[in-house]
Formats: sequence, C-alpha cells, structure tokens
Amino acid sequence: MAKTKLEELSTNIYNFKNPDKYEYKMAKGLSRDIVEEISKKKNEPKWMLDIRLKALDEYEKLSLPTWGPDLSELNMDEISTYVRPKTDMKENWEDVPDEIKNTFEKLGIPQAERKYLAGVGAQYDSEVVYHSIKGELLKKGVIYTDFDSAVRDYPELVKEYFTKCVPLNEHKFIALHYAVWSGGSFVYIPKGVKLEMPLQSYFRLNSPESGQFEHTLIIVDEGASLHFIEGCSAPKYNKVNLHAGCVELFVKDNGYLRYSTIENWSKNMLNLNTKKAICEQGAQVDWVSGSFGSKISMLYPMSILKGDNSKTEYTGISFAGQGQNLDTGFKVVHVGKNTSSLVSSRSISKNGGVATYRSLVKILPSATNSKCSVNCDGLMLDSISKSDTLPVNDIQTDDVEFSHEAKVGKISEKAIFYLMSRGLSEDDAKAMIVRGFANPVSKELPLEYAVEMNRLINLELEGAIG
Amino acid sequence: MSNLLEIKNLYALAGEKEILKGLNLTIKKGETHVIMGPNGAGKSTLLNTILSNPSYTKTSGEVIFDGKNITNLKTDEIARQGIFMSFQSPEEIPGISVFNFIKTAKGKMQEDPVDYFEFKEEVAKNMAELNMPNEMQKRDLNVGFSGGEKKKNEILQMLELSPKLAMLDETDSGLDVDAIKTVSKGIDLYKNNENALLIITHSTKILEHLKVDYVHILIDGKIVYTGDGSLSTTIEKEGYAKFKEKQHG
Repeated sequence: MAKTKLEELSTNIYNFKNPDKYEYKMAKGLSRDIVEEISKKKNEPKWMLDIRLKALDEYEKLSLPTWGPDLSELNMDEISTYVRPKTDMKENWEDVPDEIKNTFEKLGIPQAERKYLAGVGAQYDSEVVYHSIKGELLKKGVIYTDFDSAVRDYPELVKEYFTKCVPLNEHKFIALHYAVWSGGSFVYIPKGVKLEMPLQSYFRLNSPESGQFEHTLIIVDEGASLHFIEGCSAPKYNKVNLHAGCVELFVKDNGYLRYSTIENWSKNMLNLNTKKAICEQGAQVDWVSGSFGSKISMLYPMSILKGDNSKTEYTGISFAGQGQNLDTGFKVVHVGKNTSSLVSSRSISKNGGVATYRSLVKILPSATNSKCSVNCDGLMLDSISKSDTLPVNDIQTDDVEFSHEAKVGKISEKAIFYLMSRGLSEDDAKAMIVRGFANPVSKELPLEYAVEMNRLINLELEGAIG
Repeated sequence: MSNLLEIKNLYALAGEKEILKGLNLTIKKGETHVIMGPNGAGKSTLLNTILSNPSYTKTSGEVIFDGKNITNLKTDEIARQGIFMSFQSPEEIPGISVFNFIKTAKGKMQEDPVDYFEFKEEVAKNMAELNMPNEMQKRDLNVGFSGGEKKKNEILQMLELSPKLAMLDETDSGLDVDAIKTVSKGIDLYKNNENALLIITHSTKILEHLKVDYVHILIDGKIVYTGDGSLSTTIEKEGYAKFKEKQHG
C-alpha cells in the first residue's frame, strides 16, 4: 500500500514553498561577527567557537577549486548562513508547528517513521525541528540526536571525533562548513548493537538566499551495525542557495554502516557536500547515493580503508537535466591489508545536462592483497547532453587486483525500437531503459525509497522527451 | 476471407539506399506465408518497414492492416494494432526483468489491467512449453542470453502478446536441432485460424511442422515469384539462380 501512496503524490511535492518565516535570519555574508553571532545564538562552549573561528581563517586562506564545474556565481555576500525556524526542537511530532509539520507530512517523513524507521530527524533551514528514536534503542545505549544537542549533552564524544575524519582545512567549502555549521545528526551505536530498522534524517531548506550547513557524525562501534538514510530537498528560488554539509563516519572493528542518500535539491542549489568514512579492522561501509537535484553538485563520498580486511562499496546514480552540472563520484584509499572496494556508478544526462563521474582510487604500498573494482556507465538521452568519466587511479603496490571499466554512450535507438515494437510509446520505452539502467542503485534501496527513486526518474523524464 | 495485411506497391529506403522497390503482398487470416530470398534482397527491411522502424523510410505505397491504413503510424501504434516481430538479434535491456517487461507490454496491448496471478501462471506454463527454465523470467531482458535463449524469449513474447500477425525474422538461424524443434512447437501453439504468420527463413527445417500456404521469393526489393509450401524445398536444393535470371531476363 505504501507503494501506491508514494506514486500518487503530486509531481510538485518538492517544490512547494512556505513563506520565509523565521525567528531569526542572519544578515547575508560571512564575517567574524557573523560566526560569533551564530555561536552565541546557539549558546555554544568556547571550544566550539574556537573551531569555528579557526575554520573561518582557513576559509579565507583557501581558494576555489580550479577543476570541476564553474562556481563563479556563488557570492557569499548574498547568502545568509543561519536561519533559525520559529520553533525549538520537539520530541513529539504533534508539537511541531503546523506549517513545518505539513512540510514534512507532504514529504512523507512521519508516515515513514511509523512504518519502517527506528528513528527520525527533521531539519528545517538551519535547525533540527524534530528528533525521535524508538525507546528500546535508547535502553541499548543508542544515541541519535541533533548535533547541537550532542555538543551540549555529549561534549567529550563530540570533541573526540568532530573534525577528525574530515579536517577543517581539507578544502574551501569544508572550512566554510565548520565556520557556520548548524544542525545535522549525531549517532552512536554501541558495541555489538545491530539496528534492524534504519534511522533517517531529512533536510529541508525553505528559506531563499540561504545556506544549509548541517553536520552529521556517526560512530558505529565494534561489531555494531546501522543503516542510515539521508534525504534532502528544497523549493526552487531564482537566486542561488548553498548546501555545504559534512558527513563524518567512523566504523570500528567489524562494524557495518550503510549510508543511503536520496538528494533532490531544487535547481538553484549549489550542492558542495563532503562525506567521508574511516573503516577500522574488518569494518565495512556501503554508500548508496542518488543525486537528482541541484544546479551544480560537487559530491565525492570517500572511504578510508584503514584497518586490515575492511571493505567498502559505492553504488551511485546521478541524473542531470537541463541547466544541471552534476560532478559526482567516489574516492577510496586502501591502507590496510586485504581491503576491498567495489564501485558501481551510473550517470544519466538529458536536455543539455552534464553528468560527470570523477573518482580517485589510491592503493598504498601497505595495502597488500587488496582488491578494487570500478565500473562506471554514462547514458546520454540526446546529443546535446554530456556524460563523462574522469578516473584517477594511483596504485602503489603490485600485490593488488584492480579493474576499471568505464562506458559512456547514447541511449540506443535500436533498444527504443525494440521496446516500441512491443507496444510501449517512445517515452515509455526511454523511461524503461533509464529505469533499468538505474536498477543497480534502486535495488540497493529499501522498497519505499526505490519506488521514490523511480518516481523521481519518471519526473525527470516527463516532458523532456519526445 | 478478408485481408489481414495488404502491402501495396511499397518503396522504402534503408538510410539513403532504396531497398524495397514496389513490393506487393497480401496475407489473409489463418494463413502462413514464408519469404525467402538471397542476402540483401530486402527481407528484414520489409519487416522493419511494416513496423515503421525509424531507420527506414517509406517513400511510396501503402500498408493496410485489418482494414486500417497503418502506413504512417508509429511503431508502438502498429504493435498495438496487433503486429508482432520476432527480432533476429533482440536488444539487451539491463535492469528490466523478462517478467516485468512482458507484463508491461501486455498491459499496453489490452484495455484491462493485466491480472498478476493469471499472467504469472500463463508465463510459467508457456516457459515450460518452450523448455525455458522458470528462473529465466527474473533475468534481465536478453542480457547474457545465448542465441537460442533469445529466440525462445521472442517466441514467449509472441505467445503472451498473441498478435493478429506475427512476423518472424530468421528466428531459426543459428539454432541447434533441439532449439528449432522447441521454437516450432511455440509457433504451433500460437497459430490458429484467426491469426497469421509471416516467416523469413533461409532453411526449411522450421517449416517442417507447419502448414505453409505460400512461399514468396524476394529479390532486389520485389516479390518475383510466389509458390506453394513445396517451393521452399526446391529453393533449398537449387538456390535462387533461376529467379535471378528470370528477373534480369
């Protein structure tokens, strides 16, 4: 039944706008005053403010990347870095103000929680407005809370891990992130605890000319396991919005983490997000990533296979339509012995969209007897669109099995004819080919999300073909 | 008996090259027609042109099907009128299962929604008839199928979609003896007095179990000779030389 319900949702569910009401909206731009103001509004301890100010220094020193999509339209003087919604965080869904509640109702969040999630977080603009977790998990010592609360309630844990996976000077936008971060989720799964149902955080940016800078930090302790789902969307405005979030994942010995993202930012969004995982001995992190929205995305999740016998898999799809430049991919560094990585990427472009797969595979001399297999496929739906693959492979030992396969091609006219000869219209035929192409990703998702992804594909294809 | 398919003076290009040069053909309900001819004569072009394959262009002439002029219809519209083609080399479609594909196609052919359980049972039954392992319906459409598996899968689709006219483009080529038997059995299951077959083949093996009404010889874009079922055996022995001479003489 859930399936039917999702399919019946209106095609514009992501694009509804609420009036730009807020309790507080920071003046546009970025300065020491603004950073101090954010910290003050949050009542933060000094150590956090110090990190913010250090990051601001780094931001000013670092320059824009010289590769990848053109970011010249981003003007930080036009972006408000902090927008506090008119509510504090609630633990009861009923207490969330109607307008915000309706937003998440339309996006299907509380329904999903009731049906198949172990916990939910919902962020609206800069702050998390709702967080909940099933009681039995609390008893087992699971922590799932918004990041601001974690700073207050678990300062030692936060201090131990914050910035330790993604350092604050790694690139310009991560420095920006650390200077103005707000919201996000903090998760700790104790030793040996295996969550059967996923946790999900949903990020909604409603306010125009603003940025979202949530920080997600997950620690999966020894032998524990978790599936974490992240969703993001925003209504479309004429001016640029910015998303520069950060995800830091720590998977301890023999732990398992699956991190799934379905991103459908509006097409005025610059999505410059940073995600990284460190895998200890025998640990595994699997990434599942669907990128549909944004005007420009630069998104390259990364796994560091630090411990021996650690593993990672990346399954990603991006769909670039008119006016979109999606530069996505995966990075992996093999450090430990007997480590393995498996990468499968699909990119689709149509109506002049640009989809680029950019990757890094680095296998250090210490990573003997390791395996890495990369497979990326690009599908162009017309001759004005672009798909490209730009892999960098740096293999520093001979004792590895490495394979790399890349294919880029136009949608096959013969295949379209074949399907049409069975009664499918041209649009149906193309949609079926694209859905099939995306299947390696959709089959990695829980059913409800796979349905959602197929619906997004159909939305992207609608009216664009013919 | 009324004409099911009527092709009148059809001219067509494959790309820029004229391949069909004034072809005429009439098929009635219940009939089985075979087209034979040397390589490059235009046999596959004919089937693709009937189905409005966009790689081919009709320059003049008409195609009438079941009383309706389908000359300018699109491929899917023609398919929904009830014309099916078994492809010589069917396309591989990754990520779409045989089962879901045929179910989708069947849904396009009828007004009522496909009854899932009925359909599932029917597919299982037909797959058994065609010696196809049942788990094949879960595999991606034609992906990694052997030549024989692809052809059987085409016949399975024919049985499921039950078109008024089935056109088989060298469905027997490259098959071993057992596979040819299986395919023949499938054709036999399909055929009745209400539908028709148009078969392109180079060999007579697939025709052994069929009652063939007409054999047409297609040379240089035209049907140059039409005989009864026995003509195929003659061709297999003697080739097309005498028909070519006739045309040039």
